Amino acid sequence: MIHVSATPVLALRGVSKRFGAVQALTNVDLEIHAGEVVALVGDNGAGKSTLVKTISGVHPIDDGAIVWQGRPVRVHRPQDAQNLGVATVYQDLALCDNLDVVANLFLGSELKHGPVLDEIAMEKRAKELLDTLSIRIPSVRIPVAALSGGQRQVVAIARALVGDPKVVILDEPTAALGVEQTAQVLDLVERLRERGHAVILISHNMADVQAVADRVAVLRLGRNNGVFDVADTSHEEIIAAITGATDNAVTRRKARTSNGGDQTEVGGTDSKFTKEDAK
Amino acid sequence: MSDLTKKPAAEPEQRSAPVSKEPFATEASAAPVPAVDPRLLVREQGLKGYWTEFSRKIRGGELGSLPVIIGLIVIAIVFQAQNDKFLSASSLTNIAVFTSGLGIMAVGIVFVLLLGEIDLSVGSVAGMGAAVWAVLNVSNGWGDWASVLVAVLSGLVIGALHGLFFAKVGVPAFVVTLAGFLGWSGLQIWLMGKEGSINTPTGGIVENLTGYYFEDKAAAYALALVAIVAYAGSLLLDTRRRRAAGLPARPVSEIVLRTAVVAAMVLVAAYVLNELPGSRGLPLALVLFLAVLVIADFVARRTTFGRQVFAVGGSAEAARRAGIDVDRIRITVFAISGMLAAFGGLFIASLSGGATKNLGSGNTLMLVIAAAVIGGTSLFGGRGKVWSALLGMLVLQAIQQGLNLLGMASEIQFMITGAVLLAAVVIDSVSRRTQKTAGRA
Repeated sequence: MIHVSATPVLALRGVSKRFGAVQALTNVDLEIHAGEVVALVGDNGAGKSTLVKTISGVHPIDDGAIVWQGRPVRVHRPQDAQNLGVATVYQDLALCDNLDVVANLFLGSELKHGPVLDEIAMEKRAKELLDTLSIRIPSVRIPVAALSGGQRQVVAIARALVGDPKVVILDEPTAALGVEQTAQVLDLVERLRERGHAVILISHNMADVQAVADRVAVLRLGRNNGVFDVADTSHEEIIAAITGATDNAVTRRKARTSNGGDQTEVGGTDSKFTKEDAK
Repeated sequence: MSDLTKKPAAEPEQRSAPVSKEPFATEASAAPVPAVDPRLLVREQGLKGYWTEFSRKIRGGELGSLPVIIGLIVIAIVFQAQNDKFLSASSLTNIAVFTSGLGIMAVGIVFVLLLGEIDLSVGSVAGMGAAVWAVLNVSNGWGDWASVLVAVLSGLVIGALHGLFFAKVGVPAFVVTLAGFLGWSGLQIWLMGKEGSINTPTGGIVENLTGYYFEDKAAAYALALVAIVAYAGSLLLDTRRRRAAGLPARPVSEIVLRTAVVAAMVLVAAYVLNELPGSRGLPLALVLFLAVLVIADFVARRTTFGRQVFAVGGSAEAARRAGIDVDRIRITVFAISGMLAAFGGLFIASLSGGATKNLGSGNTLMLVIAAAVIGGTSLFGGRGKVWSALLGMLVLQAIQQGLNLLGMASEIQFMITGAVLLAAVVIDSVSRRTQKTAGRA
């Protein structure tokens, strides 16, 4: 059902990141193809947000490589990621409260009329964009400070789409949203996929993940802990990978001793693990 | 999934839309329901709508420049009642000329405050700029233009240096500019050497900065006319382009009203400068100040750089993640502040008849920062207008002029100026709190 090109649009190979004494990411691999939604899941502190920040240039990586459409690239600053075509919606939204909605949408990529800001073109495009996303905000000319939490979230998502990016990263986009807005955001994610964008979706909400994602990449304690196809993976298997239920004394013993014994559902996930985890 | 079974004609904007290069363009043109929130207050057309909007804003705490303008009117009435020379030509011309030099420095401070930072060095940089000019022009015989240019550029370099330490090294701006405050005034005293003061040469550029007047009455009226036409023209052009783009635009009645108010103000100012008994015409200082204001306001509101200054002042981290080079913005803003401080220093030298060892010390720094704050620029970054430099400095200079006319001692002037500053900040804080409860901040 999904047409996935051979070369991933974005691939991480053995990415590591340290913050002082904390090894936030160890040897993480990730591949995203155009027209694909990859959910990135993991417990708090698993390194999801750090991984996103390395891709978007907020924190440069210490080791490993970022490969963009088959060629290695260096992402040291947010501008580098933007120039490649990576747009990120951060968990803390990163909006400027004092600027109005239009200014926030086009911040960093303002439309210009010669050397002068083209406010009219920006306002017009902002309205079109917000109408498309069925986003209801009082006015595009009020400061973001005056918006509610849900309204800010949709403004932040709309902002990611202004530059027509190839890869869109959504960090917990539905955490602060109501029922209707959540559905709208999920619709939006599907629409992005149909347009050939690659989407990385970070979420704690398994219902959202199973609703829109094609594959689920699990992080645990800063390492890969399996990549699953959503279509043929159960909810419990993913939860098990997140919490590490597959990796404890009991399962390790079972893996050693039981050959041909009663393979449990949990044991079944082992075959899908990446190579690092098999070591 | 259900829409796959429906006929495509039933939902033209759905996923079956052809893949287009322009994102969302197809949906936008076929958007079925305009996303208007029914709870919104929609502004009525015409003057009545303008008035209800205005009174709603006032009640919501969005006072804008209103307190300052009311303050100016009160100041005028009180001092005129005490001394009928206050609204005379010479007194008003004095206010205009004294406002100009310090006002130019205040424009630089407005930019720094928009970043949410402070520049304590402007007084010392002003003094140093004046000293550099005097030493080059008078002691070393450089040309007028060259020495003025070097003086202003030295301010730019000093400001950039402050910005560099702040942005790249991470020293708080408060401390960097405090060090500059001491250091540059030391350099100023060293430059001035033993004699301690260098007089302004007669007929030179610096003397003319505040000494030259366009005595031809046509000058002031022509400038006023240009201002009115430019203001009305920009409003009309904006409205026409917005209408053409299908966006909500200002009603014509509002444009007429705004233009009338602006026209009344500039024509009264031109009349005062030209026609009152004893008037000397349009001061060059005021023209230069207005030019700085117009350029700075344009940069702040209409260019990418200005937008980025507001963004960094609102949230530096958000600006950084949006791809803005925050360090570059910070360095540039401090460079602008230093440059305008040195330029303002030349005005002070012009007014006081020369460069001295202690030019720019004393209350210069206090007046400049107070003007920006009184004019309505927030100390916390991201909120403010370039024009607040003009309004705030007018208030301060009007008070000073009035107290001078009444023969008040300078200690009383300090106390009154302090009280005015406090009152301005109190009004600002209270209105901001009202804005919060009205959900506008």
